[in-house]
Amino acid sequence: MSRVRGGENSTLIRVSSTPVRAFIERVDVLFALSPGAVEHMDGRVKDTLVIADEEFHEEGAISLPIMGEAEKLGGRIFANVVAAGAAANLFGVREETFDEAVRSLFERKGPDIVEADLRAGRKGYELGDELREHLEISIEPQPSVREHVVLNGTEAVGIGCIAGGCRFMSSYPMTPSTPLQVFISENAAEFDMVFEQAEDEIAAINMCLGASYAGARSLVATSGSGFALMEEAVGLAGMIETPVVIYIGQRPGPAVGLPTRTAQEDLNLALYAGPGEFPRAILAPGKLEDAPEIAAHAFNLADRYQIPVFLLSDQYLADLYYDLPSPQIGEEPSYHITRTWEGYRRFEFTADGISPRGIPGYGSGTVRVDSDEHDEEGLITEDLDVRRRMVEKRNLRLEMLKDDTLKPEVYGDNSSALICWGSTYWLVREAIESSGADVSMVHFSQVYPLPHDTLELLESFDRTAVVENNYRGQFADLLKLEGFEADERFRRYDGMPFSVEGVAGFIEEVLL
Amino acid sequence: MRPEDYDMNVEIAWCPGCGNFSILRALKMALADLDILPERLVLVSGIGQAGKLPQYLKCNHFNGLHGRSLPAAVAIKATNPQLTVIDVSGDGCMYGEGGNHLIHNIRRNPDITTIVHGNMVYGLTKGQASPTSQPGFRTPVQVQGVFEEPFNPLAVAVALGATFVARAFSGDVERTRDILVEAISHHGYALVDIFQPCVTFNRVNTFQWFREHTYYTDHDPADRLLALEKSLEGYGGGRFPLGVIYRVEGERTFEENLSVYHGDATPLWRRSHDPDKLKRLIESKRMV
Ligand SMILES: Cc1ncc(C[n+]2csc(CCOP(=O)(O)OP(=O)(O)O)c2C)c(N)n1
Ligand code: SF4
Repeated sequence: MSRVRGGENSTLIRVSSTPVRAFIERVDVLFALSPGAVEHMDGRVKDTLVIADEEFHEEGAISLPIMGEAEKLGGRIFANVVAAGAAANLFGVREETFDEAVRSLFERKGPDIVEADLRAGRKGYELGDELREHLEISIEPQPSVREHVVLNGTEAVGIGCIAGGCRFMSSYPMTPSTPLQVFISENAAEFDMVFEQAEDEIAAINMCLGASYAGARSLVATSGSGFALMEEAVGLAGMIETPVVIYIGQRPGPAVGLPTRTAQEDLNLALYAGPGEFPRAILAPGKLEDAPEIAAHAFNLADRYQIPVFLLSDQYLADLYYDLPSPQIGEEPSYHITRTWEGYRRFEFTADGISPRGIPGYGSGTVRVDSDEHDEEGLITEDLDVRRRMVEKRNLRLEMLKDDTLKPEVYGDNSSALICWGSTYWLVREAIESSGADVSMVHFSQVYPLPHDTLELLESFDRTAVVENNYRGQFADLLKLEGFEADERFRRYDGMPFSVEGVAGFIEEVLL
Repeated sequence: MRPEDYDMNVEIAWCPGCGNFSILRALKMALADLDILPERLVLVSGIGQAGKLPQYLKCNHFNGLHGRSLPAAVAIKATNPQLTVIDVSGDGCMYGEGGNHLIHNIRRNPDITTIVHGNMVYGLTKGQASPTSQPGFRTPVQVQGVFEEPFNPLAVAVALGATFVARAFSGDVERTRDILVEAISHHGYALVDIFQPCVTFNRVNTFQWFREHTYYTDHDPADRLLALEKSLEGYGGGRFPLGVIYRVEGERTFEENLSVYHGDATPLWRRSHDPDKLKRLIESKRMV
């Protein structure tokens, strides 16, 4: 629920000796830290070991004096750490490791707070001993994860933005895009970036276009309603052929919808945003492992083709954490900026539709861009022949973009396939793995434009279903426009991500 | 530089006799006085007759969206503080569609200049009321005449602490030039509202009318309360003061507040990429 404090909230943590990266319904152990917690997990508490505070008198649960101990330590605020200590003990985490984690988490709050939290953790450990009598958990420690970093989807994208040479970001807060705004502003001083909180979304994207016109790779982050306000400027980006990267953290709509839930409902919004016709690209990272590379690629793509490029994320991906090997970010970004000369023309007609991009103050020429239809120099024109050629010039790049796409990832070698895009990657993949079904996965991390051979690839399967977090089946519709009609659509639109069990159930019922 | 050095050899789409011509002339004169090279100058504008001005002046230009010139302008300056950035707008564009941006850019205090062509009417869309239209002004849309209070840009700007606030009259090219010279050389945000008669759609607020309803003030522009008082003059009767209404020196600008420019004036796009720093950031996400 959209609350800052109070209400019921839950965090799902999966622990395993092998990597697990997706949301599941099943809850093996539930720590209930409020009287309503069990009810809040409605339907998901089956064969679950419930550990509740003794004050709640939860039936069938193991009672622990979490609140009481927290209060003795200085207040209920320590209940979380007491419970975390107990959980860590239950899962065989060494106490020193846990202490280290507490230290790094609370370090910036000062030594007194760290000390109190360490004491709370220790108390939790003591309580945890008791739990081990009720539940036997055998998890093999994996030394290889020592080499791993722990990221969430936002950080993975943010790292990619920096790697892609982002220099300017202006945005207006809106969940779940705000964490990316925080990430960039936290790192702005270190990485020579400007971050500005704009007065509204319209200002945010217009600032980005100004910055980009003046030479800075620019980024704007928002969510559905916020993006709706930016549409006109997406058209401006198209008209003045100015690169910009637009990150949309999708959440359920319409309007303000479910602010803290998840959805993949804004594909159409990105696809059709802006008046007129002009090219764009839409990328949708599916996993943290390649989100940095894809985000960096967004900047290079925008720069190379002088177009708006979308990064479609969602609440699920943005807030999902897991450990992974340190992302290796490839080549340095290549800039496509030209020194200008006397007589330089910003919109010069070229064979491929891409004019050399000058920026003001670099060279002896002047750089003129105009939202009205313009000639090669950027001066307003009503010459219909020039107009026609400009339309063709702008749209020509879409054809080139089709040759320069991220290929979908095909997992498995079966005659049926689940087709998915964006954040559903691990959900679908783990569902396939756990069900042992003879089904492949085709995951798109570029949803527009699609690679030339998409039709061929998808037609090679006998049976297909498109899995997506929306009501209409927006990606399935897009595939249909490309000439491919999937047999089934599996959709979820209640605000929750798919679960591994849900997708596995669908495979069994429908695809097999 | 000479004013002619900024000439463009293009056809001008304004009506003959329009007040816009003298603003263009005054601006070229001011730029020449200040010796600003066309390739170092960026004119940013929105949409409207006024918004076309950058087309008629040799320089870099960014003609963006209606009401949205300020966000683009402030970002251009923040990306490369070595450029001279001037924003040109109509009164509908700046005070109507773009009102929110005006308010917040005054708060930012970027080192740019905004010139508003105040013709008290929408020119390009053929004569509807603008936020500065006078009460009683009849148009095809405001059929019974305007009954809203006119927007008072100077009072708003002074109240918000804009560091340079002035008003000019395009019928007086010399004095307009002088005011523009002061505005462009001002360190911080400068707002110049210029009365500009629209000879086609505003038959009430003519050259003659503006001459009769204005006077040059010579108050001390550093006195904020006095400036506020001056900015209220002319509304509901009396004459509008022309000249520098308010000026405060030495305030930090938006760009100066940005950490990237502390001790380094290099434009953003010239900054190099440091993969080692990025590696360190990634490593900081290691838990054990
Ligand atoms: C978003 C948007 N809304 C409306 C318009 C139509 N429009 C163009 S110019 C203008 C008003 C211009 O008036 P003003 O800013 O006073 O400039 P003037 O033409 O009088 O110089 C309007 C409403 C537009 N271009 N964009
Ligand atoms: S319509 Fe009015 S403002 Fe526009 S050019 Fe003509 S006279 Fe000038």
